[in-house]
Amino acid sequence: MRISLFVPCFVDQLTPQVGLATAKVLKRLGHEVDFRSAQTCCGQPSFNSGQWDVAREAAIRALGVFRGADVVVGPSGSCVAMMRNFYPELLKGTPHAAEADDLASRTFEFSEFLVKKLGVTDVGAKFAKKVTYHDGCHALRELRLKEEPRQLLRAVKGLELIESEEGETCCGFGGLFSAKFPMISTAMVQVKGGALARTGADYVVSSDPSCLLQIGGWLSREGKPILPLHIAEVLANDA
Amino acid sequence: MSDSKAIFLKDATVNAADGDQRAFIRKALGGYYVNRDLQKARYRDWERARDAASLAKWSAVNDLANVLEKFTANFERNGGVVHWARDAAEARAIILKIAKDADAKAIVKSKCMTSEEIHLNEALEKAGYGVVESDLGEFIQQLRGEAPYHFVFPCMHVKREAISELFTKHLGTAPTDSPEELTMIARRHLRQLYVDADIGITGANFLVAETGQISITENEGNARLTAALPRIHIALSGIEKVVSHLDDLSVLLPMLATAGAGQPMTCYNTLYSGPRKKGECDGPEEFHLVLLDNARTRLLADPEQRDALHCIRCGACLNVCPIFKNIGGLAYGTTYQGPIGSVITPHLRGLKQWNHLSGASSLCGACTDACPVRIDLHHHLLHNRRNAAKESPTLFDRVFHHGFNFVIKRPWLFATGGRIFRATLPLLQKLPLPYMGAWMKTRDLPKAPASSFRDQWKNDHA
Repeated sequence: MRISLFVPCFVDQLTPQVGLATAKVLKRLGHEVDFRSAQTCCGQPSFNSGQWDVAREAAIRALGVFRGADVVVGPSGSCVAMMRNFYPELLKGTPHAAEADDLASRTFEFSEFLVKKLGVTDVGAKFAKKVTYHDGCHALRELRLKEEPRQLLRAVKGLELIESEEGETCCGFGGLFSAKFPMISTAMVQVKGGALARTGADYVVSSDPSCLLQIGGWLSREGKPILPLHIAEVLANDA
Repeated sequence: MSDSKAIFLKDATVNAADGDQRAFIRKALGGYYVNRDLQKARYRDWERARDAASLAKWSAVNDLANVLEKFTANFERNGGVVHWARDAAEARAIILKIAKDADAKAIVKSKCMTSEEIHLNEALEKAGYGVVESDLGEFIQQLRGEAPYHFVFPCMHVKREAISELFTKHLGTAPTDSPEELTMIARRHLRQLYVDADIGITGANFLVAETGQISITENEGNARLTAALPRIHIALSGIEKVVSHLDDLSVLLPMLATAGAGQPMTCYNTLYSGPRKKGECDGPEEFHLVLLDNARTRLLADPEQRDALHCIRCGACLNVCPIFKNIGGLAYGTTYQGPIGSVITPHLRGLKQWNHLSGASSLCGACTDACPVRIDLHHHLLHNRRNAAKESPTLFDRVFHHGFNFVIKRPWLFATGGRIFRATLPLLQKLPLPYMGAWMKTRDLPKAPASSFRDQWKNDHA
């Protein structure tokens, strides 16, 4: 299958290894992967801030970028939810509505794509570490993904998966929310990060790099001995 | 910045830093999750029950004028008197007039958030009436001189010792840390008040159009005494509480209990069918119902968010909300706290003054999943943000998002900007920048990589 990568803007700039790992896993499974360099940001920061006119422009741009792609796969539940669920809402009643629905039907979150679209759970990865999983809220509640990433992790050789308390609790990132209401966001990550640290896992893994930014940032500041890692990085590890 | 926003930010900041109080609230809600899930498991299909509950409310709300007319006709046939109140002031005036006409002195109340909404107690006290809350939680909050913390569990934030001290101070009772004894103290104090009161004021959980009855749900039995013993019963209800059929309660009553409190059913569910009739030995002589709009029709006129009128005030969305659990109920400064409050308060009291509540959310969606009547709560927070940005855009947001859009429209500029951002990140982190500085105060950013994904991809695929 020919897969077009959707790399979130902050992954592009801050955690490029997540995008590279995503491509690596997909290629290892025998697929052709392209990256359309005209892509930038999906527009979610503006959408969440109520600036729907601005977000609509970003959405229309993205429609153009991914026009003709068989499938679009992104390593972020949040950014994929933007395309899947919110582009159709943003563009409802405009001449772009049909294309937005079409792109939504061709766009997948990475773990979702592997398990639900390709029917693969064992991607040949090895990772002899203790891992706990954090469900990003967009993956969990907008895309309804819960078992898919766990199926993938359970198939990784040597990996021990530990569930945490506060399993479905938000990490408190919420994009600009984390900067506009830093005190609430920090209280939230204290609850979530604390629960993750108490598992005794070596890594907190998630399909959402934005949650990992928040959780990892707090864990680092607090000096907790648990590191953030994207699920694609775990699955890319085959040595 | 609006006053309400400034107060919110101040209170939320203080509360979010209070680890002990936050832990107390989490502990208080700990049992709820277990019980709720146990009770949910007793439903053959919880999701279909949600569909049914939502449909029952949807069909009434979407035909509100007709269903209300049917209800009021039947309510009057039962001997009740209907009063329509456009807003809080009208509702207060109606109730004050009933009290004056009846030459009332003492008033006893059962739990009624709508009365909080119209600030009824203050108005009654100002007019010289003695008013006592008979719901234990509300009674405690009344003694504390504080608004309810949670619209179902008004004093969930108050520790047992504090309640004991409060009773010692106001009622002169001996200190105790037994919840049973504390309840008995309140019970002994309140019993005589029902007998002495001329008027009992209650809320209403549901108005049943088909039968003209009012349904009230409670755990303590105090609403039954409030409605039955005084010679006048006044019920105060929002117009959206109406449902078409008695049978609708067969799903709504258990779901209210399960979603809100993790109970199979609330202890008392009573249908009130008008004043005492000839030959009956108890019940009030007069039964009044005040039907309040207070901007509910503004919500009704908004097809996108009209489902917020489905709310049965179960409190489930508060119980699961990480914002509520970390800032507490009082910080909202609203009658209705938590996600539903953040959705409806801008409609009820003004978007410009109250939109900050819609902003103060990570949009995690736990509320929407918990809602027994399927209100699209977290998406409505997005809708409020959009409406506010259109109605009263802030200069910062305009500049920031249009600037951001200018950059992301141009991939070369985005790549160049990113390069500069990464190169200067160590320096930027030291500057007191808005937003970024606030973020960095409690969290570290990852080390900026030397090259971006797009650059590495280009190198690898050159």
